[in-house]
Amino acid sequence: MNQRLVYITPIIVALGLGLILFTAIGKDPTRLETARLNDPIPAFKLQDLDNAKRMVDESVLKGKVRLLNVWATWCPACRAEHDYLQYLANQGVPIIGLNYKDDREAALKWLKQLGNPYEMNIYDPKGSLGFDLGVYGAPETYVIDAKGLVRYRHVGEVNARIWESKLAPLVRALQEDAAASARSPQEEDKV
Amino acid sequence: MRRLFSASVGALLLIMAFTAAASIDVYEFETDQQRAAYLELIRELRCPKCQNQDIADSNAPIAQDMRAAVHRLLNEGKSHDEIVAYMVERFGDFVSYKPKVSSETYLLWFGPWLLLILGVVCIVVLGRKRASEKAASADQLSKQEQQRLQALLNMHTQEPNDSARSQEGQQE
Repeated sequence: MNQRLVYITPIIVALGLGLILFTAIGKDPTRLETARLNDPIPAFKLQDLDNAKRMVDESVLKGKVRLLNVWATWCPACRAEHDYLQYLANQGVPIIGLNYKDDREAALKWLKQLGNPYEMNIYDPKGSLGFDLGVYGAPETYVIDAKGLVRYRHVGEVNARIWESKLAPLVRALQEDAAASARSPQEEDKV
Repeated sequence: MRRLFSASVGALLLIMAFTAAASIDVYEFETDQQRAAYLELIRELRCPKCQNQDIADSNAPIAQDMRAAVHRLLNEGKSHDEIVAYMVERFGDFVSYKPKVSSETYLLWFGPWLLLILGVVCIVVLGRKRASEKAASADQLSKQEQQRLQALLNMHTQEPNDSARSQEGQQE
């Protein structure tokens, strides 16, 4: 009995380890957890990209469900997703841009030439809000709910596949939540 | 030939000098303790972009930003743990090469020790078992061996001299 245990234990351990490692095959190791998930957007005070005199803060991201798209003119994948963002904006999806570590002139020129899918753009030349959000490369796209909480982060290009499978279902669900709580705010508080 | 060699070595050194210079930041610290804390932190914090490099080693923009933030926070008087917490708050547990001990990381911290102990136990148990088997087989003979031994003894006690002599004769 004891002897059997001695032989079987290593086999079980090896199988268990194998199983754990097997589940990790095909996982994208560059996809990191979102540290800010379900947290409010960090406080900031930055210029509007269009107007250096207008300062904006985290309150611009409250009030309705939005996408927050981190972009820059130096980022090729941002160029690749730009047309799809324009398509989403035309469909009525509200998007706010975070112009990340970029040059104002270049960014305004880009929007003039390629079209502007953004409700407004936050100008973050030093990447300070980006750093507080945990941005480690553009593009990144966040789903922000009506209360200004981060509900999802997508790292990399947004395209039809990502929108349909990841972002759209969440955006729709959050919009329904927001509409429900707007209809009956007292009930929502009780729940 | 030799001139070509020395020229190429020179060029190589020049290139290396440039790449080395690229990752040197100039930071000033008020105390040597802060400098030591900085050097420790940038080796313990992991670059989120170029994975498997610490931020001391990486020259990605995000690693540069993180080094600058470590420097700024140290000068503000933040402690080692506060700075790690600051980074984890933004980039997740991934960012630390020394993840905190929690129920999620028990396997990571203690798994190898568990496996080591298990292995040692297996070796000890198997080794002891083998040793006792060996000892047992040296002391005792099986039934068959007993019978064979008895038969041989009987043969020799009956006619020891005759059989020995006849064998010698045959060999000659």
